[in-house]
Amino acid sequence: MSAKAAFFDVDGTLVKTNVVHVYAYYAMNRGSVLGIAGRTLSTALSVPLFGVMDALDRKTFNEFFYRYYAGLSEDRLVTIAEDMFEDVLQPALFEQTQDLIDQARRSGCKIVLVTGALDFTMRPLARHLGADDMIANKMQFVGGKATGKVIPPIIEGANKANAIRAYCTKEGLSLDKCHGYSDSASDYAMLAVVGRPTAVNPDLRLRSIARAYNWPILDLK
Amino acid sequence: MRPFKTLQKLYDEESQVVITEKGSPPRVLFHGENFLQEDLPVGTRVIFPRPPLAGVPNVKAAIRYAINHPEGMEPLHALLKPGMRLTCVIDDISVPLPPMVTPDVRQTILEIVLELAADSGVDDVHLVIANALHRRMTEGEMKRMVGEKIFDAYYPDRYYNHDAEDPDGMVALERTSHGEEVSVNRRVAESDLIVYVNVNFVPMNGGHKSMGTGVSNYASLRHHHNPKTIRASDSYMEPKTSALYKSNERIGRNIDKHLKVFHIETALNNRMFGGPTDFLAKKEEDYTEGDRLKFQAMRFALSKLPRAAARKVLNSVPAPYDVTGVYAGATEPTHAKTLETSYKQYVVPVEGQSDIVIFPIPFISPYSVNSILNPLLVQVMGLGYFYNLNRGVPLVKKGGVLILLHPAYDEFDPEHHPSYIEFFHRLLPETRDSMKLEHKYEREFAENPSYVHLYRKGNAYHGVHPFYMWYWGENGRQHVGKVIVAGAENNHVPALMGWERTDTLTEAIEEARGFMGRSATISLLRIAPTVMVDVK
Repeated sequence: MSAKAAFFDVDGTLVKTNVVHVYAYYAMNRGSVLGIAGRTLSTALSVPLFGVMDALDRKTFNEFFYRYYAGLSEDRLVTIAEDMFEDVLQPALFEQTQDLIDQARRSGCKIVLVTGALDFTMRPLARHLGADDMIANKMQFVGGKATGKVIPPIIEGANKANAIRAYCTKEGLSLDKCHGYSDSASDYAMLAVVGRPTAVNPDLRLRSIARAYNWPILDLK
Repeated sequence: MRPFKTLQKLYDEESQVVITEKGSPPRVLFHGENFLQEDLPVGTRVIFPRPPLAGVPNVKAAIRYAINHPEGMEPLHALLKPGMRLTCVIDDISVPLPPMVTPDVRQTILEIVLELAADSGVDDVHLVIANALHRRMTEGEMKRMVGEKIFDAYYPDRYYNHDAEDPDGMVALERTSHGEEVSVNRRVAESDLIVYVNVNFVPMNGGHKSMGTGVSNYASLRHHHNPKTIRASDSYMEPKTSALYKSNERIGRNIDKHLKVFHIETALNNRMFGGPTDFLAKKEEDYTEGDRLKFQAMRFALSKLPRAAARKVLNSVPAPYDVTGVYAGATEPTHAKTLETSYKQYVVPVEGQSDIVIFPIPFISPYSVNSILNPLLVQVMGLGYFYNLNRGVPLVKKGGVLILLHPAYDEFDPEHHPSYIEFFHRLLPETRDSMKLEHKYEREFAENPSYVHLYRKGNAYHGVHPFYMWYWGENGRQHVGKVIVAGAENNHVPALMGWERTDTLTEAIEEARGFMGRSATISLLRIAPTVMVDVK
C-alpha cells in the first residue's frame, strides 16, 4: 500500500467545467421525453441562478440542487452519469490532466479525487483517469430511489480537509507526505492539511495564498 | 639575455597578476545587478582574466575543416548514409554566459551539418537540446540559438528539449563497471549517428559530460551529482582531479560503446563584453577617462533602476565572443584539444594560496539566464564555480575565508526555480548537511509530481536541481573556514547559508583578518570574464 496519496479536486482543477454543468445535464435528462422539453427550458432559465448561487455559497447551492435527484432510480442516475461523462466531462478534461495523474502515480502516490459532486457522477471520470479512490458526496437512496438528500457530512470547503484527514487515518497514510491539488481558495483547508499542496490554475485569491506560502503553482492546459 | 618570445610570455603571465600598491586605482567589482568601486588593502593580489585570444579568422571554414579532419573518426560526410536516422544534440542556454551575439556558433555548426546531411540524403534528422534536468528553453530562446531558418524548418516536431521525465522517452544501456546506471534519450539511443554540438564555455563541460549528462535522467545523474562525488573532486575544471568527470567518463565510454557519437566542440575566447561595456574587460590601471565616465554612468543608471529592470538591461547585452578553436571527432581526443585551447585562454599561473579570497558575484549564472540569481545560485557561483576555477589546488587556503560580493537578496523566480523556493525555506532551516539532505529529501523532490510537471510542461528546473546546486558548493564548503557576504542586504539569507554578512567589503576584510590574523594574505579573482588559476 502507498504511504502517501495525491488528493485532486476535480472542478476547475482537472476539468474545465464546474459542477453547475453537471447538474444542468442531469436536470435536462431526467424523466420522460415530454418532460425533458419543459425541464430543459426551466433548467436553462435556472442556470444563471445556479451560477450565482454557486459563486455565493457552494454548500447552499449543492443542497438546493440535490432535490433535482429526488425520485430517480439509482440505475438511471448511473446510466445518465456515463452519458454525462462522455458528453460533458471528458471533452472538458485538461490535456495535461492525465500526465499529472500519471506522474503522481509514478511517484508512489495513491490517486484520490476529492469533490463536492455526487459520487455516481464522478465514478466514470475516476475510472477514466485511473484514480484509486474518491472522496465525494453520497446520495441517500431509499428502496432504490434517490431521496434528494445527501448523506452528511457534505464534502465541500473545510469539510474536504476533515475528510482527507479521516481518509489518511483510515488508510494508514502519512498526511505530511500527501499531495493536494486544487484551483480554488475555497479549498484552502484541503491544501493546508496536506504536506505538499499545489495550486492548479488558481483563482486570484489562491494564487496570492500560494505565493505567500511558496506553494508550487501549475497552469494546467 | 632571454629571447624576446620568452620575455613576452613571462610578461603576459605576470601581467595578469597585479599587487595592489598605494597608488593603485579602486577596483570595479560585480555586485549582483550593479557594481562596487573599492579600494583594496595594499598587498592584495588581484588576478585578472587573460586578454581575449584571437578568434579563428573564418568560423565556417574552421568548422568544415574540423568535420573533414576529425580526431579518431572518419570525416562526417563519410558517416552520413541515405535514409539513416541522425540526431543533433545541442548544448543548452546555460552556456555561454551571457548568451553570445547572433549568429550563435551552434547555429553556424548546424547550418553546415544539416546542409551536409541533406546533400547526403539524410532526411530523418532531429535536433535535441541537451538540457538534462535544466529548464526547457523557451520558443524565443530556441529560435535565437539556431536562427530562424532552422527553427522554422524543425520546430516543434524535430527541434525540441530533452525530457528526462518522459516515461517512454528514455532508454537504459548497460551499467558501468561501478554499477552506475546509463540512461539516454530514446531518440538519441535509436539514432544511427549522433552529432553533438558543443560550446565549451568552461573546461568542466564537453567531452564525456556532453552525452553522459546532457541527455540523461535523474536515475543516471544521481551517481555523480551527489555530495560524496563532489567531496572527492578537487576541481571540476580539471578532468584529472574531478571525480565528477571520472564518473561521467565511465558513463560516456559506455555510451560510446553502444552509440556512434561525433562530437563537434568549440572553444571561445574571453571577449565577454563589447560595445558600451567593453571597459569591464580592462584592468582599472588601463581605464581611459571615457571608460571611467561610462562606468559611472552605468553604475548610476543601474542604481536608479528597479532590480528587475536592471536585470533586464544586463541580460539584454549579448557577448561578442570569438571562436578560438573547432575540433571534431571521437569524444576523448576531441575534448583533449578543446581543453588545451580552453586552458590557453583561461589559466593564469599564480604563486601560492591566499588566506582570504574575494569573489565578486555577477548578475548571471548558468542557471539564471533571463531569470534571477537567487541565494542558492549565489552559493553555487561562489563555493561551486569560482572556488573550483583552478587545476586541483584552490586559491584559498584550507580553513581560509571567502568573501562574496553580492546583495544576497531573498528573491526567487517561481517559474524557473519553484523547487528552489521550498528547498531554501523549508530544508535549509532544518539542515545544511548535504549528506542528510540527500538521504532525507532528494528523492522526494525529484519525484514530486508538481515539480516534474513544471519541468516537463513549463520552464522549471527539475525538482532535484536545488540539491545539485547545494552539492556543487560542497567541496568549497568543506575547505573554507568562513564565508562572508559583503553588501548583503539582509541577515536571514546569509544566516540560512551558514555565512556571515557585512555592509561593506572593507568590513568584510577586517572581519576576515580578525579570523585569519593581521598578516593574512588576500587575493581577488577579478571575474568576469572567466579566469582560472594554476596555483604553484
